[in-house]
Order: sequence, then structure tokens, then C-alpha cells
Amino acid sequence: MFPTPLEKTSRSWQISYQVLLPIMLIIWLLPLIAVANFSIKPEADFVNGNYWGLPSSIDALSNYGKVFFESNMPRYLWNSLFITIPTVIGAVALSCMAGFALGVYKFKGNLLIFFIFIAGNFVPFQILMVPVRDLTVSLNLYDTKLGLVLFHIAFQTGFCTLFMRNFIRALPFPLIEAARVEGIAEWRIFLYVVLPLMKPALAALAVLIFTFIWNDYFWAVVLTQGPDAQPVTAGITEFNSQFRAAYNLMSAGSIVAALPPVAMFFLMQKHFIAGLTLGAVK
Amino acid sequence: MSVTPAVPGTHASRPQRGWYKRNEIAITPWLFLLPAMIFFAVYVIIPIGQSFWISLHEWDGLGEKTWVGTANYERLLGWGEQNMDRKFQVSFWNNLKWLVLYLLAIPAGLFIALFLNQTVTGIRFYKSMFFFPFVISQVVVGLVFSWFYLPREGLLNAILGLFGAGPINVLGDPTLATYGIIAAGLWPQTAYCMILYLTGLNAVDPEQVEAARLDGAKGHKMLWYVILPQLKPATFIAFVVTIIGALRSFDLISVMTNGGPFGSTRVLSFYMFEESLSEFGFRMGYGAAIAVVLFFIMLGFITYFLYSMYRDEKGAH
Repeated sequence: MFPTPLEKTSRSWQISYQVLLPIMLIIWLLPLIAVANFSIKPEADFVNGNYWGLPSSIDALSNYGKVFFESNMPRYLWNSLFITIPTVIGAVALSCMAGFALGVYKFKGNLLIFFIFIAGNFVPFQILMVPVRDLTVSLNLYDTKLGLVLFHIAFQTGFCTLFMRNFIRALPFPLIEAARVEGIAEWRIFLYVVLPLMKPALAALAVLIFTFIWNDYFWAVVLTQGPDAQPVTAGITEFNSQFRAAYNLMSAGSIVAALPPVAMFFLMQKHFIAGLTLGAVK
Repeated sequence: MSVTPAVPGTHASRPQRGWYKRNEIAITPWLFLLPAMIFFAVYVIIPIGQSFWISLHEWDGLGEKTWVGTANYERLLGWGEQNMDRKFQVSFWNNLKWLVLYLLAIPAGLFIALFLNQTVTGIRFYKSMFFFPFVISQVVVGLVFSWFYLPREGLLNAILGLFGAGPINVLGDPTLATYGIIAAGLWPQTAYCMILYLTGLNAVDPEQVEAARLDGAKGHKMLWYVILPQLKPATFIAFVVTIIGALRSFDLISVMTNGGPFGSTRVLSFYMFEESLSEFGFRMGYGAAIAVVLFFIMLGFITYFLYSMYRDEKGAH
């Protein structure tokens, strides 16, 4: 193990490590701690110049209550949910199939198609912006959730296919051959042999895509406007102009907007990290 | 016309199989690929070509496109009589700053990963707390940092005050603003690199480490000659995601400064958006030309990434 395990080091370093750990963490999360502190302060604290001290009273309930009951925030949150969930399902479904095709079969152009999917995934969003917006407008999908969902599915398919194909590659191939010898149809092999083995990959991808799409901002501004279809990342700017300079409310709003992927991460940490670090180990 | 005598029964002896059944292995992959390929072509591949086409026109996004040839590029890059577009110049230099400084996330991530790669009680909690800024949306990270930088209410100036340093208005100062935004971006990016290295460190061969220890390797020598070579795959991925992240920077700039003060924090991706979709007008053709330039910058990196992956792919068989 590197660095040297703590048990094998001097007593003084062991103690300083234990002290250093929480201090480092607090420094690392300082901006976030400040915002969390802002979000439970009463308005009076800001008037009196008590910005960084402890709150004079805990006003969390009224601050977060305002976010949920006196703004468009709940609508934006729903929009985010109705954009994110269908995208996750669509992208995972498409890429499962594409990954199966690229991972199991040998045919001309296999590697080329695979590399097109990877390359497309690295492309700057801006080169897609004008044509995709144009396409969405002409399909009458501008400012709708469906318009965003269709684009997100298509774009995420690149990354998901890379992920799925490499995962399927690592599965034991004799299993598929055995099924073929039995005369099982190819689509049944996909459904009953390969798919059950892909559960960890499905879970990992689902959490990752959920986070990516929830946090998307660029496409939300390009393809939607207003509270009918905009997700929470774009809606937060409208929220902030509603409560201009009310830092306690703006902080509470930001925390609410950021929370779902954070919750997802802490609940499904193992899958999340497995997905993110795929390829980091040979 | 000669009449061929009917030869009954020659085919009947073989079991009849449908065309699909006979070609199943050849057809199935294409059927499975089709939906993904259609989506990807319509929304990603074809739009790249369309952007090239649009960049040769003047277009407000609604009316007719007017063919202008390379005029957009001439104005942008300053070919011939004209000077290079000032805003483009600023954006380009800022992109370079982003690229270089963003790479700091890699050593910083490695440092934190080395620090956390211990087995004390509660270390799992610490690892996830260090990682979780990555999960927060860039919009919120941008807001959090712009409040952190606030001249009066911000925590940064409170801390500087403790050391007797005067208050600074990070985001209001054209010379500082870009660095302030990059620092905000480095926060989640470092977390990402850290988790890549933590996973990599987990897979480091303990026998090699022990052997090197017996040979007297210690500290940075051990890190450089024994550990880092084994972390190469993690470093490669960290490099890829950091470069892409640096060139994609948009959310933070849009939220923290909206390109200001005095346009000093623009980067190409933001400038492109501003030209084609903001209150300053809908100059889609010019915007597309900026996007094409950005695309070519990215293409250099993409080719390198793909080449490395291709080499690995060939090596695996």
C-alpha cells in the first residue's frame, strides 16, 4: 500500500493525521458550509452585518418553506424530474442494445462505429447548438420537456455505448456461444443471457446519467424558456431574481436544486463510483 | 427456348429456413445498433456538418440564409485587411488559461487521494465528503463561489481580513475574474481526479511496493518510479476529462459573471452563445463560425484521445 499505512508510522504522525483529517475537510467544504449557514439565517442577520457568524436564530423552516411555497421552484423541480427520468431510461435502453451489438458481434465497421460514438461524446456542445435548436423548433418541440429529452438521449448514447460495450466485452463469451449452440435466437440471448449480467452496469449508468442530466444547464437555456419546461438549473436564475439580495432564500434555493443528485450519490455511492472510474484500472 | 426439366424434390430434402434465420448473425447487430445510430446521427453527427454549412452564411435563425463564403472566418480571425475580432482574441486567451490552470486538478487530486489512502475509522465518510462537490451542479457551484467572493458578505474577504489583507472584489476585477472562476471550476474537478486516483491506488500491486521498499525506495522516489507508472490509466482518464471540462466551461461563466466585467471572462463557448442566442442578436452564422474554430481546437485533443484508445484496443487482441 502507498503511502505507508498509518499503523507503521510514528505515533506523532498518527496523531497529527487524525487531527489534520477533519481540518482539511472543513477547509475543503468551506464555501458549502458558508452557504448552508446562509440558508438557515433570518433576514435580520444580513441587515445587522452578521454574515459569517452563527445564525441568531434558526430560520430554516421559514426559508425553505418560502422556496417550496412562494416560488416556482416546485415546478422547476418537477420539470427536472420529468426530463431526467425519461432520458435515463431512453439512453440506457439504446446503449444497452448498441453496446451488445458492438461488444458481441464481429462485423465490418464495428470499431469505426464504436469510435464515432466515443468521438461524438467529446464534441463541444456549441457546434451542435444552432442546428439542434433549429431542428427542435421545426419539430414544434421548442420549450417542451420532450425536446430536451430527445436531445439528451441522443447525446448521452455516445458515452453510454462506450460504457456498455466495454462492460459486455468483459463478460464471459463462452456463455453466449453455449446459448448459440443450443439454437437460441440472438435477441433472446440478449434478453435472457446478457441483460441479467449487466445489472451492475445498468445501475452505474443510471445514477451517472441522472446526475449529468439533472445538472445540465447549457441545453436547458438553449432549448427551453420559462417555468413550463425549464429544469431547476435554469430556473434558479429566475428564482434568484425574484429574491434578489435575499441571500438566505437564494442559498436555500440552491441547496434544494443541488440536493437530488447529492442524495442519489450518497444512496448509490458504490455504483456511482464504479461507473465514474471505469477504465481507471487496467 | 429450351425447357429445363423440372427436378422435383432437390430442395425439399433440406429444411427450409427463412432469409432472416440464415443471416441472423449478420443482421442482428445492425438491428440492435439502428435506434442508437439514428438518434446519434440526427442529433450529433449531422448537426456538426450543418454547423459548418451555416458558418458560411449570414443568418438570423429565422429568415433566409445569405451565402457569404468565408466572410465570417475572415472577420473572426482577421484575415486580409481586417484585424482579428477583439472579443475572439480575449476568449481564445481565456480558453488557454482555462486549459493550463484546469490541469492543476490532476496533481491536486493525486495529492488528496494520497492523503486519504489510509485505513483509519471513518475514512469512507471522508472520501465521500471530499468527492461530493463533483455531484453538485455547476450552476450551484458557481452561485456558491460567487457568494464566497462577495466583497462585503463573502467569506473569502473575511478570511483575508484575518491576515490583514485588504478586501478584494474577485469577480468585479477584470484581471482577477477569470482566475476566480477557474478556481471555482477546479473544486469539483479536483474531486473527480481524486476519485480516479483513489480507485487507481486501490489496484496498485502491493508486492511491487513491498519489493521497492526492500530496495530502499521511499517517498517521492517511490511515488515517481513505482506508483505513478501503475496509475497511468487513471492519469489518462483524468487528463481526458479535465481537458474536455476546461474547453466546455460555460455554466460557471454564465452564472458567475455572464462574461463580464467588460467581457474579460468570455471563453469561446460563451462567446459563441452570446453571438447567436442573446439579447445582442441572433447572428447564427457568426456563432457557428466560432463553434467551428472551437471544434477544431477540440479535434486535436479528440484525435489524440482516440489514438491512445485505439492503441489499447489493438493491444488487447
